Amino acid sequence: MGEREYDASSYVPPAEVGEMELVHPKTFIGKYIWSQDAKVIAIQYVITATSIGLVALVLSLLMRLQLGFPNSLTLIDPSSYLQYVTMHGMIMVIYLLTALFLGGFGNYLIPLMCGARDMAFPYLNMLSYWVYLVSVLLLVVGFFLPGGSTGAGWTLYPPQAINPGTPGVDGGIILMLVSLAAFIIGFTMGGLNYVVTVLQARTRGMTLMRLPLTVWGIFMATVMALLAFPALLVAALMMLLDRLLGTSFFMPGMLSMGELSSHEGGSPLLFQHLFWFFGHPEVYIVALPAFGIVSDLIATHARKNIFGYRMMVWAIIIIGALSFVVWAHHMYVSGMNPYFGFLFATTTLVIAVPTAIKVYNWVLTLWRGNIHFTVPMLFAIGFLFTFVNGGLSGLFLGNVTVDVPLSDTYFVVGHFHMVMAVAPILVIFGAIYHWYPKVTGRMLNDTLGKIHFWVTFLGTYAIYYPMHFIGLEGVPRRYYAYGETTFISDSVQALNAGITIAAFIVAIAQVLFLFNLVWSYFRGRESGPNPWQANTLEWQTPHTPPRHGNFGEELPAVYRWPYDYSVPGAKHDFIPQNVPPEEVEYEESSKSGGRA
Amino acid sequence: MTITLIVLALMMAVFVGWLFSQSINVRPWIAETSRARPLPRIIPPSVTAPRVGLVVFLAVVTSVFALSISAYIMRMEMGTDWRSVPEPGLLWLNTGVLVLASVALQTAWHAAKHGKRPLLRRTLVAGGILTVAFVIGQLVVWRQLSAAGYYMTANPANAFFYLLTALHALHLLGGLVAWGRALNKLYGGAELARVRAGVELCAVYWHFLLLVWAVLFGLVLTT
Repeated sequence: MGEREYDASSYVPPAEVGEMELVHPKTFIGKYIWSQDAKVIAIQYVITATSIGLVALVLSLLMRLQLGFPNSLTLIDPSSYLQYVTMHGMIMVIYLLTALFLGGFGNYLIPLMCGARDMAFPYLNMLSYWVYLVSVLLLVVGFFLPGGSTGAGWTLYPPQAINPGTPGVDGGIILMLVSLAAFIIGFTMGGLNYVVTVLQARTRGMTLMRLPLTVWGIFMATVMALLAFPALLVAALMMLLDRLLGTSFFMPGMLSMGELSSHEGGSPLLFQHLFWFFGHPEVYIVALPAFGIVSDLIATHARKNIFGYRMMVWAIIIIGALSFVVWAHHMYVSGMNPYFGFLFATTTLVIAVPTAIKVYNWVLTLWRGNIHFTVPMLFAIGFLFTFVNGGLSGLFLGNVTVDVPLSDTYFVVGHFHMVMAVAPILVIFGAIYHWYPKVTGRMLNDTLGKIHFWVTFLGTYAIYYPMHFIGLEGVPRRYYAYGETTFISDSVQALNAGITIAAFIVAIAQVLFLFNLVWSYFRGRESGPNPWQANTLEWQTPHTPPRHGNFGEELPAVYRWPYDYSVPGAKHDFIPQNVPPEEVEYEESSKSGGRA
Repeated sequence: MTITLIVLALMMAVFVGWLFSQSINVRPWIAETSRARPLPRIIPPSVTAPRVGLVVFLAVVTSVFALSISAYIMRMEMGTDWRSVPEPGLLWLNTGVLVLASVALQTAWHAAKHGKRPLLRRTLVAGGILTVAFVIGQLVVWRQLSAAGYYMTANPANAFFYLLTALHALHLLGGLVAWGRALNKLYGGAELARVRAGVELCAVYWHFLLLVWAVLFGLVLTT
């Protein structure tokens, strides 16, 4: 980029986004504990979410141990098995995936990618993390209560969730509901920040349609979460009242352990409606950020502009809106009116259209791209396979007639783990390998990364693929032991043992990943500011890792979309968003060919 | 869930429509042609971050109350045990107090706009006191109802009445935090423009909660 000229043609209009006052603390505690810097808050979110996620991982291993090799561990009894099922699901869906994508990646990437100094409301942002931490701690305390944490299943369906006999009915369920309420309050504080920052704090030239798809995905997911989480909040409050004060919102009158319960007339179905009104958007709250991030990973590592950017944005918006009108497909077996089921089957299958548009666009972006098989790219491609496979079994389950016999079997477990557990987690891994150099200034080890990818990718197939077959046999989920049945063939036990072995191998690969994270922090290769030669603003910061305030003296101005990769005639195969047109270097031959 | 869906559909329609209008005629792959060309203007000055933040938060609160009302109606239709709550006359008085609180804050906003510090001080304080009076009034209604035997556990209608009024009052009390901050700024001698930024948020939030209360009260009256 030669000498800069300061004549009239290089005049940049003054910033229209006002500078914000940042709190610059001096002490260690102010900088890293009570921090108002979105980047530090992001890392706090990631560490907390990963820690509680590891607990959930161990719980899943304990469950697998019981299923693959029954009664090999005396510590696992039927009620603790149910507690593992419940806590594994709840932690993974809400406290890990939601917190990691929105609290972690959202906090780190939104201000950097929009070209902002920080979030719109830094203090509220800090509060959001601390309330989240409280909700996680409440969850952890539940494990140590007499009676343990709740074993009602992650859906917490009444009446059994608060009926005597269910594990954790004394204290676990109460803490669970309070923790959920706290999580939602904390999330709302963070979510307001993410939305307002995207709408208000974008730098000059960063129009909505020049935002990286990562920001689009996180933005739409946040909007959905803000509107959907209230359903869970209302449901949790009402169930808390049922449990603590004896109201009858959800609890019907029933005979329990030979005694007539004090409740009367409540409707368990009402809870299911509220829960799934949150629960289905939740799937896309996790999926949309993954969609966005994977788009950027693919474009960057295939050195090609994303195919159909506008379609990608509209697909994100349409998926977000449609996901609010499909919730009852989780309730086909609740005895609903068949026409009602037909309606929801239709809306469910309609979502496949924008989703398929996205998948085609990813594939078309890869088509004839200059694909670099870096670790982030491997994970992105792994996501494509896993998401399509999981999505296809979703088409089966979306139809009422197919869903009814398959409901509550391992087919469902296989389906949703593929589509909303493994697929987003693969994106999270890819994103960590992609952005770790920006966060720490060092590269993650490549060999360890590739081992991590192949073991995780193939291993998860070894885990979840057989579950579909077990499900087709009608084996129900959430059972501690199956005993003697006429419909479960002997080979199911062999498959279960195999799944368990695969699960342990995959878990070991995650330990390798954690080791890589720590080892590379101290010993990794120095990455420089832009190791992947990417276009988005976070790679253009004056310091790596970026300091508080992100962009040094002056905020960058944006002149182009983030996907100017391999522009014909340009000297380099990438042109960052903040490079003015005058500074773009072209090949000599093409310039003489008359290119402006 | 019909009510929730209608409310949500309206909010989504506005939001998605706005997004489409921002994106429909744009060709994102075209870069600026020159550094000198003024980059697109992004945000009108009247659209400040706190204002947008409040609008987003109101959307969240709308979702909370729409879902609660949906639950109310579904529970009423699903069970056979619904017996309506009587409406104590005090509720009408409380409604009047809340209207006055809203009027006071609106006046405060107006006073802040025109630089009338004494009027602002009086009306802002009055708004807070009236709000506290409303919440106390609601507590008295609770006591009257439970004294008359309408306990929370006795009937789902009662339970919903207590739940909805509590949710509404909690939102008002949360608003009092923002009100306290505005008051603090005012008495701390801050510039009027900064006080006004806080007061206007309070006024809009109070009007919104008055609307919510009107809907809730109407619901209780008609069912």
